[in-house]
Amino acid sequence: MKGNEAIAESAIRCGCRHYFGYPITPQTEIAAYMAKRMPKIGGTFLQAESEIAAINMVYGCASTGRRAMTSSSSPGISLKAEGISYLAGADLPALIVNVQRGGPGLGGIQPSQSDYFFMTRGPGHGDFHIIVLAPATVQEMADLTRLAFELADKYRMPAMLLADGTMGQMMEPVALPEEQIDPETIPVGKPWATRGTGLKREHNIVNSLYLKPDELEKTNIERFARYERLEKEECRWEEYLMDDAEICVVSVGITARVSKNAIVEARREGIKVGMIRPITLYPFPKAPFAKAAEKVRRFLTVELNMGQMNEDVKLAINCSRPVGMCNRVGGMIPSTDEVLAAIRKEAK
Amino acid sequence: MTYETIMAGFGGQGLLFSGKVLAYAGLLEGKELTWLPSYGPEMRGGTCNCSVILSDEPVGSPIIAHPNILMVMNEPSLDRFEGTAQAGATVFVDSSLIPRKLKRTDVTPVYIPATQMAKEMDALALANMIILGAIVEKIRCVRPETMVDALKHTISARKANLLDLNLKAVEEGARFIREKGGEE
Repeated sequence: MKGNEAIAESAIRCGCRHYFGYPITPQTEIAAYMAKRMPKIGGTFLQAESEIAAINMVYGCASTGRRAMTSSSSPGISLKAEGISYLAGADLPALIVNVQRGGPGLGGIQPSQSDYFFMTRGPGHGDFHIIVLAPATVQEMADLTRLAFELADKYRMPAMLLADGTMGQMMEPVALPEEQIDPETIPVGKPWATRGTGLKREHNIVNSLYLKPDELEKTNIERFARYERLEKEECRWEEYLMDDAEICVVSVGITARVSKNAIVEARREGIKVGMIRPITLYPFPKAPFAKAAEKVRRFLTVELNMGQMNEDVKLAINCSRPVGMCNRVGGMIPSTDEVLAAIRKEAK
Repeated sequence: MTYETIMAGFGGQGLLFSGKVLAYAGLLEGKELTWLPSYGPEMRGGTCNCSVILSDEPVGSPIIAHPNILMVMNEPSLDRFEGTAQAGATVFVDSSLIPRKLKRTDVTPVYIPATQMAKEMDALALANMIILGAIVEKIRCVRPETMVDALKHTISARKANLLDLNLKAVEEGARFIREKGGEE
């Protein structure tokens, strides 16, 4: 199964019955899969007139407490930024998938991780974050789709699956969850959802407009208290051969997989190197880096951008160790040999 | 053992599909695997390739720098990938489309006139499956008998009527290896 298809099928099994999208390479298989499946299971597949329309349809649908999603790739996500900010301002859970391609501008269609800053700092105007998850296998494309929906509901905020083009296009064996969540059970436990009052209560209002500054301040502070809880409880990462590591590679998505090959080669040469692979990019898992900084000599980020995650690593360790970089951009991917050469350089 | 296969040629020759069949055969045999297409503004007539890794160990990167199995169905692909093959790799060349021989002497070439054979079967679009049959017969990266189920699972419902013809093409490729070997 392709990574993109794994996301779509997993979303359906998570009880998502509402997909709104607009085609763009390299994520169009998600829309194609939904177009095929949704009508058969009583769901909605809607190809909107634009990315902006699609994200606002997600806003409307999420207001009812149901699981809704959209997907796009980098330039399309720029268009969705306004809607994402509104979702965050209205405290609505929803899933947004970004299968990144090279930028800026229309850029290219080959894999990239250059939306890292844009996504992890809150993609849109105002003070906010969204949950950002970075899969590195097709299995994780499916598993993290579920986690994204669960965290979004739990913390009442949008969640994003941030993949690169390779992850979307490649096929791998994947075990999908047997359990199928009944979509009717999703709005239960969401007292804020606009599902009709039954003439028994006051209207629920979903809104992001607060003209009184003291009220708006209160919503911002409350939201950041939630983010604090998120940062404390929901960080996820994978450690690989870190027990005796003197050099720590940091990478996500496709480059984490290339790095794994390079680490195996470097170990054969006697270089003590391991890897921390962040799975949550927001919240960024600072704890394992602080711990690693006590024993490794150097860090090395391997990224498909000009060094965006590199800054988060420096922040996580308070610049207490050098943080090198091995990167390619524009849709290029570093080869195993290139990463190995960068590791050798760090080991000198 | 890890088999790293690149299949390359023109769009429309069915290279992504033959890669999928090989990957699915690996899945049926419980192997670890990845399948990665070149994706781009590529359509019938453009260049196109896919990378399939079959292994007993979990697969790290799905990107193949140095294949140990190479299947090429046009000359630009041979030019592009010949130099990347591992020493000792087996290179399957559609000799009815590619006039030249390999320059490398440290790889094993298999010249198979797959497109000509497909024409004689009145199934021009199945040259890819003929070479796939040859690969499996020669390398045994999966068991030849697994190919039947792999094809059954991979072929779309719309083309299910072509299953037998596909299987015949795979068998033709295998027979070519058994009878002629293809090495020169």
